[in-house]
Amino acid sequence: MIVKEAIHSVGSYFILLGKTFKKPESSKEYWKAFMRDLDYLGLNSVWIVAVISLFVGAIVTIQTAYNLDDPLIPDYYVALATRESIILEFSPTMISLILAGKVGSNIASTLGSMRVSEQIEALEVMGVNPASYLILPKTIALVLFNPILIIISMFLGIVGGYLAADYIGVVAPADFIQGLQLEFNSFYVAYALIKTMVFAFIIATISAYFGFYVKGGAVQVGINATKAVVTSSVAIIVANYILTQIILS
Amino acid sequence: MIEVREIHKSFGDQSVLKGISATFLQGKTNLVIGQSGSGKTVFLKSLVGLHEVDKGEIEYDGRKLAEMDDDAKKELRTEMGMVFQGNALFDSISIEDNVTFALGMFGKMPKDEMLDRANFCLKRVNLDGVNKKFPAELSGGMQKRVAIARAMVLNPKYLFCDEPNSGLDPKTAIVIDRLIQEITEEYNMTTVINTHDMNSVMEIGDQIIFIKEGRKAWEGSSEDILTSSNEAINDFVFSSALFRKIKAKL
Repeated sequence: MIVKEAIHSVGSYFILLGKTFKKPESSKEYWKAFMRDLDYLGLNSVWIVAVISLFVGAIVTIQTAYNLDDPLIPDYYVALATRESIILEFSPTMISLILAGKVGSNIASTLGSMRVSEQIEALEVMGVNPASYLILPKTIALVLFNPILIIISMFLGIVGGYLAADYIGVVAPADFIQGLQLEFNSFYVAYALIKTMVFAFIIATISAYFGFYVKGGAVQVGINATKAVVTSSVAIIVANYILTQIILS
Repeated sequence: MIEVREIHKSFGDQSVLKGISATFLQGKTNLVIGQSGSGKTVFLKSLVGLHEVDKGEIEYDGRKLAEMDDDAKKELRTEMGMVFQGNALFDSISIEDNVTFALGMFGKMPKDEMLDRANFCLKRVNLDGVNKKFPAELSGGMQKRVAIARAMVLNPKYLFCDEPNSGLDPKTAIVIDRLIQEITEEYNMTTVINTHDMNSVMEIGDQIIFIKEGRKAWEGSSEDILTSSNEAINDFVFSSALFRKIKAKL
């Protein structure tokens, strides 16, 4: 029964994707929706990404410094470890998981509310493809804007690490800068951004799927929003493993 | 004119529509009445194509809904306007944007003309100065008027209203009913209204069909309804003490 339901859900998800990626009825109206979504889902997330990144960068630096408390290991390795943690995992994956909670629940509950208040049916009666009009702009907004958020997160994570190292005195500023530049591989940034774009697609489409097919009332909207966050978080972790295997091996 | 022939619709093993036939005339307010749960909403949603019927035919001025491809359906939908029970206004955009939405999506009108059309429609439903407001800032009656303005913006040939006066006080309900009747006559539309409100039936029912348990149980006009000997319609109409008194005086 559970397997049958899972297969049905996966099938419905791909059918919804098929409906989503169709030619828009009006590029002007879709552009307006895209700009609204960019503001609502993207720009509104900058502050939370900034705060979390700054503090996590600081925490990673402090913990690394205390764990590498060995006179044989140079201090600048703390900065190198912080840089690699932030760029490879924290910014692309952890921030995407946080966004799955913030943005994913928002998308699922917005579409769910539209479904129960018949707004999606109103679009359909007008002859508008509701899947495309409601999901495509959100997906493009996230796929384009999340990499910008992740670049901000990488930068602020490292700044947080630098400030913490300097303030607590675990690494001298000059050593920290030296560590940041040591054996820097710019491909890691590209890898992180590719992951971020895939995660953004997962967040937008899985959350939209759970919102779009809400049946019932307000309680079901809440239940589906939770399912959206849980499912997209699991999908992000699985995709992270697969992408890491493919890109880094 | 909309012709419906023997339509059936089931959800799983629950049969909701069991072979309903009806003809809805142009320029008339055609009412579909019945108790809650009788299948009125499923019937209306089947008419507009939101539900695909299992059996039977729906014809819009000779065009069969089941035989239409996606483009033809899209074309037909630009000829439809629908007022939903809960209004279904888009709550993230202003009233003006709600009304001009379909114009922006399908029309090639310049912005000024779109705004003129929105203002005309809002004025026609007696709403003024609400263009920049959001749906949540309006009363239920005002939201209903906006929903009607939005439904008429593309100058539809067919207007569908699902319980247009539910949740409204009797006075506002009558204003909304009359407004729908006026625009139906003015624009010669084929209007189909779902209702269980007997005031609406008496006020604007040019032609009425009564649905009971998924079947058409009676058909007639607002004049026939009080004098009919049909048991099913009598049971529905005279469940109200007011209508029992009216019948006693007839």
